[in-house]
Amino acid sequence: MINRLLSGDRPRSRLLAGVLALILIGLAFAPFLFPGTKSLDTAARICIFIVLAASYDLLLGYTGVVSFAHTMFFGIGAYGTALALSSLGPSFTAIVLGTAGGTAIAAALALAIGLFSLRVKAIFFAMVTLAVASAFAVLVSQLSGLTGGEDGLTYKIPRALGPAFKLMDGKIFGVRINGRLLCYYLVFFSALVLFLGLLRVVNSPFGRTLKAVRDNAFRAEAIGYRVVWYRTTATVLSAAVAALAGALLAIWIRYTGPATTLSMEIMIDILLMVVIGGMGTMYGAVIGATLFILAQTYLQTLMASAEHATEALPLIPLLVAPERWLLWLGMLFILSVYFFPDGVVGRLRSRR
Amino acid sequence: MSSTAIRPKLVAASPAERLKSAAPLLLAPVLAGLGFAAIGDGATWLTLTVAGLAMGLMIFIMASGLTVVFGLMDVINFGHGAFVSVGAFVGFTVLAWLAGWTQSPVVMLNLLAVFLAILASMAVTGGIGLMFERVIVAPVYGHHLKQILVTMGGLIVAQQLIHVIWGPDAIHLSRPPSLQGAVIFGEAAIEKYRLFAVAVGLVLFVGMRHVLRSTRIGLLVRAGVENGEMVEALGYRIRRLFLLVFMAGSALAGLGGVMWGLYQETITAHMGSEIMVLVFVVVIIGGLGSIEGCFIGALLVGLLSNYMAFLAPKVALVSTIALMVGVLMWRPQGLYPVVKAK
Amino acid sequence: MADILLRLAGVHTHIGPYHILQGVDLEVPRGGVSVLLGRNGAGKSTTLRSIMGLWTPSEGEIHFDGARIDGQSTPAISRAGIAYVPENMGIFSDLTVGENMTLAAASGKMDPQRLSWIKELFPPIATFWDRPAGTLSGGQKQMLSVSRAIIEPRKLILIDEPSKGLAPAIIRAMTDALRQLKETETTILLVEQNFQMAKSLGDTVAVMDDGRIVHAGTMAELAADSDLQERLMGLSLEVHQ
Repeated sequence: MINRLLSGDRPRSRLLAGVLALILIGLAFAPFLFPGTKSLDTAARICIFIVLAASYDLLLGYTGVVSFAHTMFFGIGAYGTALALSSLGPSFTAIVLGTAGGTAIAAALALAIGLFSLRVKAIFFAMVTLAVASAFAVLVSQLSGLTGGEDGLTYKIPRALGPAFKLMDGKIFGVRINGRLLCYYLVFFSALVLFLGLLRVVNSPFGRTLKAVRDNAFRAEAIGYRVVWYRTTATVLSAAVAALAGALLAIWIRYTGPATTLSMEIMIDILLMVVIGGMGTMYGAVIGATLFILAQTYLQTLMASAEHATEALPLIPLLVAPERWLLWLGMLFILSVYFFPDGVVGRLRSRR
Repeated sequence: MSSTAIRPKLVAASPAERLKSAAPLLLAPVLAGLGFAAIGDGATWLTLTVAGLAMGLMIFIMASGLTVVFGLMDVINFGHGAFVSVGAFVGFTVLAWLAGWTQSPVVMLNLLAVFLAILASMAVTGGIGLMFERVIVAPVYGHHLKQILVTMGGLIVAQQLIHVIWGPDAIHLSRPPSLQGAVIFGEAAIEKYRLFAVAVGLVLFVGMRHVLRSTRIGLLVRAGVENGEMVEALGYRIRRLFLLVFMAGSALAGLGGVMWGLYQETITAHMGSEIMVLVFVVVIIGGLGSIEGCFIGALLVGLLSNYMAFLAPKVALVSTIALMVGVLMWRPQGLYPVVKAK
Repeated sequence: MADILLRLAGVHTHIGPYHILQGVDLEVPRGGVSVLLGRNGAGKSTTLRSIMGLWTPSEGEIHFDGARIDGQSTPAISRAGIAYVPENMGIFSDLTVGENMTLAAASGKMDPQRLSWIKELFPPIATFWDRPAGTLSGGQKQMLSVSRAIIEPRKLILIDEPSKGLAPAIIRAMTDALRQLKETETTILLVEQNFQMAKSLGDTVAVMDDGRIVHAGTMAELAADSDLQERLMGLSLEVHQ
């Protein structure tokens, strides 16, 4: 049963299985295990970014293609839902329509970019996606009439997903059963289904061909696989899932703006998650996203106290200031590309 | 020996073929003409055209190193923008030290200060280029995916270090008095600094062409772009040549950073990665590895950006993407595809 | 025993997952032309590339003029005195003929006497001096490639299939030129599939198949022994006429 759910792709390391189980349990029971707004918010973000990072890994790890447009697709999904919710009002119909619309647009755009730039060289794709995504981000902040510009869009979501909606009176394990909880589980189960879906894709014949193309495009072409077709399909699939993750984010935070969805910072966050977690394995995305979001939320607090503690020393407080955490992540990123390109998952698997 | 068989024979290029290879050269004038038609007003057009040329030449300065580095060793440096930022900040520091000269009304002192700032930036970015090549790029030769990731990581670290050294806020960088203001041509007001940028850019382009066409190093670089193996088989160490080119490219990016910083009059740690978007567009339009293509691409992007900023400001950046798409539809490898020996 | 300039002993070379050279033993005597024969894919080009350091052998030794050169870098091997004319000719098509020649003179200066000798040997070099090398015909490119290899005095010249893709008349001209070059006591290791050309130039000969040397001896011996020719021919010599 579990084997089928995981599409036969087992963690292959007891430690890794343990960590994954811990993350799953933590997320599944987050509202009860870690009560409080901040921790629930963190848990939801982890769910969303696991999907986002996993969909990116489909490209980076399994297809060997570097894209800098993943946040663009993420953003398109988020804006699709946000626009539908703000123009049609807070209804589930709006959510479905917006999500479907956003996902379709993301997929179409990915198809166009893929067909256009994957023909030439993988490196072309990286540059083209970087340029297109940046232009898109600027366009979105320029078209303020439609998108709210830099300020973004704030909107209401259906009442059933809000804190004011009570499913029952009283509490379970001291937690109120309200719409917010419902909303969390909507995010959690959607993320779980999407993740298992991606796991299925990479373990299908299609996924195995992708890896063959990644390892030796020339040979795969010679055997008769249409390399461009495989790469483009992976791009489209990955973009569609990213858009769905964007929709989840839009629903969860009830706000969509360039900084939370389209920015290059988020693109870099995704890169870091996938590389540090481990490229070419879906579980890497789980580990990477979880570690990253936890670090982003809690490590910065730690760094702030370190900054405080070292106040008297020269330079050190500057280096440990919470704003500088990207510095350390960047170094960690470079080192992991050199020394353990298989990331945390590769490490865990190699020591069994 | 039988000389009949090897009698010199050259096929003359047909007019159509000549037009085909010259066509990219016509693009910039054509674009300028279209711009004139769309804008209608001569003075505005002239102002925008000079602005476009200035911008294009500054982008060319930043992009040239990137494209040659790629041509020579198949290395694409996504951290190239870091050199632009570092160059701007070093330039700022030097100009701040030379405040007496930069604020002086004497033109020569102003220019000397800018010149020294440029020199210092180029020295620093060239040196960082050396380290960057050795530490970041060298271990991942021949591996595109890792190159992209690692150089991106280098960019993040460099930007953060700028924050550590110069603080997190944007810094105002003012031009010396003699580079402020505008000169009037008829009804068109043209900023002095733009003319200065055009002059610097043209001098650099001519100089670079001279180096590439008439010096031994330049010949080696061009030969290496086409067939690095053969350059080695002739006894030259291409890794050293590459390191040299990488450093030169980084120094040029630093120079571009000072120029761009003075143009924008505001510098941030992210300015490099922001301008990289246009730099990539230019390199793609020109054909990866082609310096002539890079030059034409830069002029096209500069002109188009300025015309569009006037005609339809909201879609200015998108229009350059459209230009890139258009060029790639016409020539999938860019304007001047680089011949690679197999 | 003749003075051996180049010696390969048990050289194995892998290219990616493929095991191309499977223990090549080869001796090239100083002076004269040694010919390496064999069918396509036998490993002749890989042998030359391994000597040049363009592939690094995984096993075995290569000695040149008393020094071990395997594992050294290509530029170092070139500077030790080996010139290389690759199968694809390695012309810099964006540079002029003259610039190609300038770069080939690693010292930076071309010896005028040598240059005029080359121009006599290959007249198109003089005619097209200022033309981009990319505009030359195939035969002219081959001449340029050989000219580059001999603009500096070298101890050994590796030439990979100079007759490939050329018209018979041009092959004859090329053969003539190489014969004149041979008279200058330059050692040449020639990879060739054209047996006529090989026979008229070669002093010693080695035949390769499946990444090994399957026969080595003098050219005179091979040329005289039709049985041996027949046996090797069926195996590897494809006579292109």
